[in-house]
Amino acid sequence: MAAVLELNKVCMDFGGLRALDEVSLRVEPSQIVALIGPNGAGKTTLFNCVTGIYDPTSGDVLLNAPGGESRRVNGLKPNKVTELGMARTFQNIRLFPSMTVLENVMVGCHCRMHASILGAVVKGPGARAEERRVVDFSYELLRLVGLTRWVNEISSNLPYGAQRRLEIARAMATEPYLVLLDEPAAGMNPQETDDLKELIVRIRDTWSKSILLIEHDMSLVMGISDRIYVMEYGRLIAEGSPKEVSENPAVIKAYLGEDLDA
Amino acid sequence: MLGIKRSLLVSIWFMFLTFPLLVIRVNTVENTVDWRFMNMLYVGVGSFFLSFVWRYLMERRARGGGRSGGQGAGSVMQRVLGEKRIFYPIAAVVALAALSFPLFSDAYQTNVMISTLLYVMLGLGLNIVVGLAGLLDLGYVAFYAVGAYAYALLNQHFGLGFWTVLPLGGLLGAVCGVLLGFPVLRLRGDYLAIVTLGFGEIIRLVLENWGDFTHGPSGIANIPRPGLFGMDLSIHDAAIYIYYIVFGMVLVTIFVVNRLKNSRIGRAWLALKEDEIACQAMGIDKAKTKLTAFALGSTWAGFAGVIFAAKTTFINPACFTFLESALILSIVVLGGMGSITGVIVGALVIVVLPESLRDFPQFRMLLFGAILVLMMIFRPQGFISTERKKYEYHGAADETPAEGE
Repeated sequence: MAAVLELNKVCMDFGGLRALDEVSLRVEPSQIVALIGPNGAGKTTLFNCVTGIYDPTSGDVLLNAPGGESRRVNGLKPNKVTELGMARTFQNIRLFPSMTVLENVMVGCHCRMHASILGAVVKGPGARAEERRVVDFSYELLRLVGLTRWVNEISSNLPYGAQRRLEIARAMATEPYLVLLDEPAAGMNPQETDDLKELIVRIRDTWSKSILLIEHDMSLVMGISDRIYVMEYGRLIAEGSPKEVSENPAVIKAYLGEDLDA
Repeated sequence: MLGIKRSLLVSIWFMFLTFPLLVIRVNTVENTVDWRFMNMLYVGVGSFFLSFVWRYLMERRARGGGRSGGQGAGSVMQRVLGEKRIFYPIAAVVALAALSFPLFSDAYQTNVMISTLLYVMLGLGLNIVVGLAGLLDLGYVAFYAVGAYAYALLNQHFGLGFWTVLPLGGLLGAVCGVLLGFPVLRLRGDYLAIVTLGFGEIIRLVLENWGDFTHGPSGIANIPRPGLFGMDLSIHDAAIYIYYIVFGMVLVTIFVVNRLKNSRIGRAWLALKEDEIACQAMGIDKAKTKLTAFALGSTWAGFAGVIFAAKTTFINPACFTFLESALILSIVVLGGMGSITGVIVGALVIVVLPESLRDFPQFRMLLFGAILVLMMIFRPQGFISTERKKYEYHGAADETPAEGE
C-alpha cells in the first residue's frame, strides 16, 4: 500500500541556514510514526513544511489519500493542505481562547461544511441540518478525548492537559486521514501522558488514522510508535522500529554525547 | 490618613493645572486681570472628593481584575441578557418603545433618534469587521460616503428613486469593501488600521476634489426624501417615515448579524480574530474570510449611507470625515466588541450623550472624552461583552463523560 505521507529529499533554507537537509520520510496508513531529536533539530520546521506554513526550498511532499489520489502539496496554502486531509496540532497550544470548547471543534468542521453567507442568514432546513450534524459530530469528538463535561466552557479556562486534548479533537474535526501532533505530551504529568498515549492509539485503531508525532517523552514514543525517525541538525540520522532506534549508536551519541573511551 | 494626604496632593495638583484656565481671566476691554479664586476653591474641593471615588473604583477594579472581567454591575447585566425569559420581554418593550417613539416626540427628537438608529446600523456593520473578524478598520466612513453619494448621484443623473438605490448602495459598499480588502489581506493590527485610515481619507479627498463628478466641497443638495406611493409628506411626516425605514433596516441588520455570528462564517471570523495560523490550519481560507468580513461590513455602511442622504437631503464631503469613523469605532468598542446589544447601547450613549450635553456647550466634548477615558479604564471590554452561544447535544446516546478524565 502507498504511504499516506511521503517526503522526498525535502530541503528548507532560511537564508544561509539549512534547517532541513534532504529529509526523506514515509508514513504508512494506520501507523504511528514518531519524529524525535534534540531541540533545534528541525522537527517543527518539517511540520511547517508539510502543512504549508513554509514552502520547502526543494524536494517533494506527497500526500496520498487512502482512496488513491496523490497530491504534491509543496507551496499549497495551509488551509488547502487541511482540506486534502492532513490536520495538525501546535507545540505551543493554539486554541481559539475566547470561544467555547465545542465551538473550537466546530471551527475544525469548517472545511467540511458548505453553508454560504446567504444560507447562514436564511437558515433553511439544509443549513439547520448541517449545523446540527456539526454540533453532534463535534460532541462525539469531545467524547472521544474525554472533554464532554466542559462543552460550553470558554476554552482558555481549561486545564492544560485538557487544552492539549481539545487541540487533538479540533484537528480530528477536519476529518483528516493523517494527523500531525507537535509535542502533544509537553507539560503533561505522567497520568495525563498515559491517557494521551491511550488516546493516540485509539485514534489509530478505531478511527484508522495515520499519525505523525513529534515528542520528547521517550516512554510515549517508545511505547506506541510503529516507526521512529531521528533528526539532528536538520538531517535524518536514524530510522526504524523503537528497538532498532534505541540501540542505534548514532542516536545514543546525539542524545547522550560522545563516549569518552571511544 | 494616607488617603487624605494623597487626595490633598491631587487637589493641589489640579488647582495648579487649572490655574491659568479657570482663575486668570484677562479682561481685554478694561485691560485688567480678573482673579477668580473661587474657581480654584471649587476645583480643589471637587478634585479632593473625586480622588476618593477614583481610588475606591481603582481598588475595586484591582480586586475584581484577572478573571474575564464581568464583576458587579456588568455581570448582573450579563445575567439578565443571558436569561431568555428576562431578555425577550425587555427586547420586546424596547422595540415597542422604539416603534411608538415618533408618535410622542417632536421633529428634533425624531431626527436625533434617526441618527441614533443610523449609528446602530453603522455600528453593527463595523462590528462585523472589528468585533467579529478582528480587523481594525479606521476608514469605515468611506463606505458610508459611497452609499450616500451613490444615492445622490444616481438620483441626480438617472432619476433613480430611494428604493432602487438602497440595494444598489449596499452592493456598491460591498464592492468597495472587497476593493479595499484585496490589498490589505496580508496586513493586520496597526498596519491594517493605517491603511484603512488612508483609504477613508482617499475617498473623502476624491469626493472633495473631483468637482465635475461629485460637485466638490459644495456637496449635493435637494436629494429627495424616500417616496411613499407618490404621496407628498410634510417634513415632519417624512422624518417619521424615514424613522420607520431606519428602524426596519436596524431590525434586518440585527437579524442578519445575529444569524451570521453563530454560523460557519461567524465562527471562521472569530477564529481568524483569535489566531490566524491555527485558523488556517483548520482549513479556513484566510483571504476569503477576510474579504467576506469587509464586504458584509461595508454593505451595511452602504445602506446607511443611502438612508443618510435621503434623511438630510444634502451631503458634502465634510459629512464623512475621520471623526465619523472614530465615532462609529467608539460605538463598537464602548458597547462591547462582537456584542449586538452592546453596539445598540453604545450607539445610544454616543449619539444621545453629546446631544443631551448641549446645555454645557463648552464642556460637551471634554465630558464626552472623559467618559470615554473612564470607560476604557474601568470597563475595557465595553458595556456588554460577548457571550458565546451554548449548544446542546442532539445525539441519541447521552451517557456521561467517558474515559480518560
